Amino acid sequence: MKPGQKSKIYVSRDMASVALGADEVAQAFAAAGCEVVRTGSRGLFSIEPLVEVEQDGARVGFGPVGPHDVAAVLDGSHGARLGDVAALPFLAGQQRFTFARCGVIDPLDPEDYAAHGGWRGLDAARGMAPQAVVDAVKASGLRGRGGAGFPTGIKWQTVLDAASDAKFIVCNADEGDSGTFADRMLMEGDPYCLIEGMAIAGHAVGAGHGYVYIRSEYPFAIATMREAIERSAERIAPFTLEVRVGAGAYVCGEETALLDSIEGKRGQVRAKPPLPALAGLFGQPTVINNVLSLAAVPFILAEGAEAYAAVGFGRSRGTMPVQLAGNVKHGGLYEIGFGITLGELVNDIGGGTASGRPVRAVQVGGPLGAYFPPAMFDLPFDYEAFAQAGGLIGHAGITVFDDRVDMAHMARFAMEFCSVESCGKCTPCRIGSTRGVEIMDRIIAARDTQPVVAEGVEGGLARALHSRSPARIDAGLEAQTALLRDLCDTMKYGSLCALGGFTPYPVLSALDHFSEDFGALAPAKEAAE
Amino acid sequence: MTFTRETDHGTPPAIATGRSVTLTIDGETVTMPEGTSIMRAASLTGCSIPKLCATDNVESFGSCRLCLVEVEGRSGYPASCTTPIADGMVVRTQSERLKQLRRGVMELYISDHPLDCLTCPANGDCELQEQAGAVGLREVRYGYDGATNMGQAKDQSNPYFDFDPSKCIVCSRCVRACDEVQGTFALTIEGRGFDSKVSPSQGQDFLSSECVSCGACVQACPTATLTEKKVVEIGTPDRAVVTTCAYCGVGCTFRAEMRGEELVRMVPWKEGKANHGHSCVKGRFAWGYAQHRDRILQPMIRSSVEEPWREVSWEEAIAHTAGEFRRIQAKYGTRSIGGITSSRCTNEETFLVQKLIRQGFGNNNVDTCARVCHSPTGYGLKTTFGTSAGTQDFDSIAQADVILVIGANPTDGHPVFASRMKKRLREGAKLIVIDPRRIDLVQSPHVEAAHHLPLRPGTNVAMLTAMAHVTVTENLFDEAFIRERCDWEEFMDWAAFVAEPSRSPEAVEPLTGVMAQEVRAAARLYATGGNAAIYYGLGVTEHSQGSSTVMAIANLAMATGNIGREGVGVNPLRGQNNVQGACDMGSFPHEFSGYRHVSDDAVRASFEKAWGVALDAEPGLRIPNMLDAATDGTFKAIFIQGEDILQSDPNTHHVAAGLAAMECVVVQDLFLNETANYAHVFLPGSTFLEKDGTFTNAERRIQRVRKVMAPLNGYGDWEIVQLVAQAMGLDWSYSHPSQIMDEIAALTPTFAGVHYDRLDAEGSLQWPANDAAPHGTPTMHIDGFVRGKGKFVVTDYVPTDEKTGPRFPLLLTTGRILSQYNVGAQTRRTANEAWHREDRLEIHPADAENRGIADGDWVSLKSRAGETSLRALITERVAPGVVYTTFHHPDTQANVITTDYSDWATNCPEYKVTAVQVMRSNGPSDWQRDYAAQARHSRRIAPLEAAE
Repeated sequence: MKPGQKSKIYVSRDMASVALGADEVAQAFAAAGCEVVRTGSRGLFSIEPLVEVEQDGARVGFGPVGPHDVAAVLDGSHGARLGDVAALPFLAGQQRFTFARCGVIDPLDPEDYAAHGGWRGLDAARGMAPQAVVDAVKASGLRGRGGAGFPTGIKWQTVLDAASDAKFIVCNADEGDSGTFADRMLMEGDPYCLIEGMAIAGHAVGAGHGYVYIRSEYPFAIATMREAIERSAERIAPFTLEVRVGAGAYVCGEETALLDSIEGKRGQVRAKPPLPALAGLFGQPTVINNVLSLAAVPFILAEGAEAYAAVGFGRSRGTMPVQLAGNVKHGGLYEIGFGITLGELVNDIGGGTASGRPVRAVQVGGPLGAYFPPAMFDLPFDYEAFAQAGGLIGHAGITVFDDRVDMAHMARFAMEFCSVESCGKCTPCRIGSTRGVEIMDRIIAARDTQPVVAEGVEGGLARALHSRSPARIDAGLEAQTALLRDLCDTMKYGSLCALGGFTPYPVLSALDHFSEDFGALAPAKEAAE
Repeated sequence: MTFTRETDHGTPPAIATGRSVTLTIDGETVTMPEGTSIMRAASLTGCSIPKLCATDNVESFGSCRLCLVEVEGRSGYPASCTTPIADGMVVRTQSERLKQLRRGVMELYISDHPLDCLTCPANGDCELQEQAGAVGLREVRYGYDGATNMGQAKDQSNPYFDFDPSKCIVCSRCVRACDEVQGTFALTIEGRGFDSKVSPSQGQDFLSSECVSCGACVQACPTATLTEKKVVEIGTPDRAVVTTCAYCGVGCTFRAEMRGEELVRMVPWKEGKANHGHSCVKGRFAWGYAQHRDRILQPMIRSSVEEPWREVSWEEAIAHTAGEFRRIQAKYGTRSIGGITSSRCTNEETFLVQKLIRQGFGNNNVDTCARVCHSPTGYGLKTTFGTSAGTQDFDSIAQADVILVIGANPTDGHPVFASRMKKRLREGAKLIVIDPRRIDLVQSPHVEAAHHLPLRPGTNVAMLTAMAHVTVTENLFDEAFIRERCDWEEFMDWAAFVAEPSRSPEAVEPLTGVMAQEVRAAARLYATGGNAAIYYGLGVTEHSQGSSTVMAIANLAMATGNIGREGVGVNPLRGQNNVQGACDMGSFPHEFSGYRHVSDDAVRASFEKAWGVALDAEPGLRIPNMLDAATDGTFKAIFIQGEDILQSDPNTHHVAAGLAAMECVVVQDLFLNETANYAHVFLPGSTFLEKDGTFTNAERRIQRVRKVMAPLNGYGDWEIVQLVAQAMGLDWSYSHPSQIMDEIAALTPTFAGVHYDRLDAEGSLQWPANDAAPHGTPTMHIDGFVRGKGKFVVTDYVPTDEKTGPRFPLLLTTGRILSQYNVGAQTRRTANEAWHREDRLEIHPADAENRGIADGDWVSLKSRAGETSLRALITERVAPGVVYTTFHHPDTQANVITTDYSDWATNCPEYKVTAVQVMRSNGPSDWQRDYAAQARHSRRIAPLEAAE
């Protein structure tokens, strides 16, 4: 680089990067006279704060770096030089359809967005009839990325077909699953992509207004989205958008509770039917989709449904932004076509545990997802395959645990999580989760001490008295494990929404795959069906 | 009737689409209306699916998860309450798997519920208990040492029901009932998950919360969490009798749930067509007066009001009464006596009192308390439409797009109907309120008036004519309707009259005090907003131009075509339970039953034939005329059944003077009311629980009143009137009120089809009910006005003579409050006193500040007629220049203040406008102290003489 010429460098403004010190690094480079462009994150946090220096059309990365490394970076002598960032194996191996611009562009610069292929999807869509747009989304095979995997195009068709003066597009950005961060990264790193997707949805179903419901724990995403909505208002007009901030309840990530929350009510799950597609926000037909579903749409419209559907596995088409977290060496976001195996994701891409100890379990799909042992690592990333294996893809968060994990404690945590986050509407979740914690406490206590043998529970009268007597329930491992299975059955099939209904996944998968953690008496059998 | 709970189908009926769906439930093929839930369909088929959170007066909720079913071809176990039926659906409501799931849910419920069933007030009447039995729960493997919501303190603040949160199963039925049925939104669920709790307002107790104690939550509660104190005290009922409430003109029907002769609770009847299973604090809870120790059970007489009362036998009292009436007539002439029928008594009793007067007294000196409330309605609607009654049923409001409320405060005066109104408003109907006060409807949870026109009291006619001006001059009238249904020439005359610039909103703005723009907007909305319905109350009638206002309302409805179908109409909200009936039954001095003039020879001949006597063709005296004649010395005796004219009629001093001038005042009542202070004979009355009969509500609906217990005083009121008649020589021999109704039917064309067997079969009938309309008439004037062509009447605004000036600069208007009823004779003798122990004077902060009045200060309230004192309530509900009070308490005697001015056509008193001055004072006035002393003196009852 010639002396006197301003170096153009790129530093992430993503919340995770900032937490690792990206702001200080950016300030140091600015103070050194560099032109600093703040981008989203590339999604590989083991190299953050990452500084990219523009050289000869490529971006050379250094990371992690600190504020004192300015000179060494600028003269290229820094030891953490990574070369061309785009060529890093972690990034080069991805199929970035949705996250193509994230980490590359200035998130709030509309021109940068347009220069990198932005708005082509919206322009294409607006040149088409609404039904043609819906058909394209159907043909792409896109399924709901929030976890349920419902075909997005069919949902849109229902809303398109519903007769109403007012329809709404609602984006579920209440990303509450532990170990997930893709929604946040996208909103902070490429907000126009989501805005474009929502505007396309508005055109497709005939909705004039949309809401982005963002959890309050995402202040950067809230600010970025608000700013981006303001700057793109003319571009998406007559469609309009606004941000609504959640109030801290996990259950508001459930779509109907989210709608109640936007309406200003207590966030409480609604019974379905009616489907939100027919009677959603304020009783009107409503498309409610996850951030990743809506953000996948611009690519589909710009590049064609075939281009999207060409990638994938079985009935799971396109790509999934997988999030690797927990005790993993290379944590971050990895967008890849469906079909990659769990083992490839955890071991090859994630690099195994950060602690260096053997992987014992991974939980896929957030706190309500199942735990899998390495024995099942050949499972392909696919909605149907996971369902068959007693699990779910969910929002594609993968949390890795090493061999020190106590799976009974993890089962207890699942129940505790449910009890803390339950909205309290339906009985299985409201009371069941609390009882689940109590059962796990008894199981752990029984496992860790000598089994307690209950007295006098044989005869009819004795049994009756036993039932009446709080102190004399059978607290033994066998009885409690059986009760746990019965409770999980009640919760799974009786709960109103996925919070209570999916809590049995982590509990039963822990019990089935790691029965040794539940005491000797735990029977290793299939989940009750 | 023995005690069974009303069938609960779990979810409300589907909104009618006209389409039906055929499906299979447990092997049986059934066809039901589209939109019906599986639960309701199953229930109607006779198979009951376990449920706890579902009840058929609120929308389905889907929270308890007991009602899960299997649907062929669908994964999982859908909740039957939230899943609508579909064609070809195959539903199984019973299977081993469902049993297992339901038992699992119930086991969770019971793990957080006390096991004190045997000592629980809901024992035997608890849905949780019932469902635990139904699903076969036999043990709770969770034990009882885990987390629990039990052991929380009870909230016993409400005088009528307890809230025991330890027994709550968080089904939200109470919250939903408060929201959906009552529309008060006083309850919520606080907290989340296991900590979810029912909370009145924001963590308050029930009494201090926004709760209006309508009882909808208590009724909805499936456990003992919300329980009537009477059930706690007495136990569960063993029989139920359907009867009609004796408070306001809504006419709610209730199941009087009894244990033996003891009334345990009143539960609103779901089949009731006026109330559809809803109630208010008065009807549901405030019936304790029926057993109050103040009730007089023994007849009493005295020769002078200075003397104490002397208890006598019924024989003596009746003989004395008849003897006095005959003696006075012999001395002062046939027309020297008269009587007043009661709007609180049954149709049959009212009919008998007017018959006693016409047949027995031989004159037409009969009047009724409708004189002081809705007589202008009778006059105005008869003149314009041809019928002295409202045009719609209450259900009509569900079709209204624009609701105009004028001079009424439904949330206090007609609370059960107000809930229906609020429901419609929440569905999107627009509201216009014309009222000097910012009544609750103007803005309350999820309800807001599109236009509130806070007019100056006394300017109704100017306001309505200004709205008519807009309708005519902006061409918003319905020409086709008018040409077809009304007299076009009369319309043109009227249109020319209202179109004059002097009647424009701008021109009358200085009179009404309401911005012309708002009036124009309201008029446009009423004329063009779709189905527009008018509901009005005493704020319309109790004016010197009461009848003109009623006709101005009728004009507006006719001009815009808002008459003769569902969703529109002109609807007086009648105050008393049977004020419509009392008017129908010939209580007015000029009319026989069915509003037929006494001078009509043919009509009179029919009565003469039936009663075997010649009848007077000359109309008799109205109440104020009777009082005037009494002070003039020509009117000497009166029979007053169930009315307290001293407290309720205007200008108390004048009423007292009239009564004092009579030689025999006979009062028949439950209590020694204020009028009884001037009485010589007191005949103890019976309550609505103690007799058979019928009441007719504001929608012309005739409903049965059924005897649930023996009269404590010995006789039903109809029997007492019959005893008097017999003692006067009339050959009456009714053994049951049904025979009286048969006579009414025989003599009254509009009631020709009304008989008890028909009422029992139909539940109720709306008159006209005759051969032309065997099932009654919910909506009137459908094919044409009863009078033929609708009549437009020119209503010129004539300001009242009651004017403010330097001495009396403020305008007083009076009204009611939710918890008290009229003169309070009943409600003051119930725990409703917890909400409204005294009348207060509402005064605007600016007027209060000018006078140095602080909230709660004693103030004197003075008019040309008199003076009283009460405490002030400073509020912006009233406009500057206007003060407001209620008239529920005799201590206040608000009618000392009101004047003799009255409606030009009907003498209905001008209660709603009195020029007054308000000053700070030190407490009750001398007059109030004197009055209290005199009342005490007059109510003395002589100790019984030694046993004979």
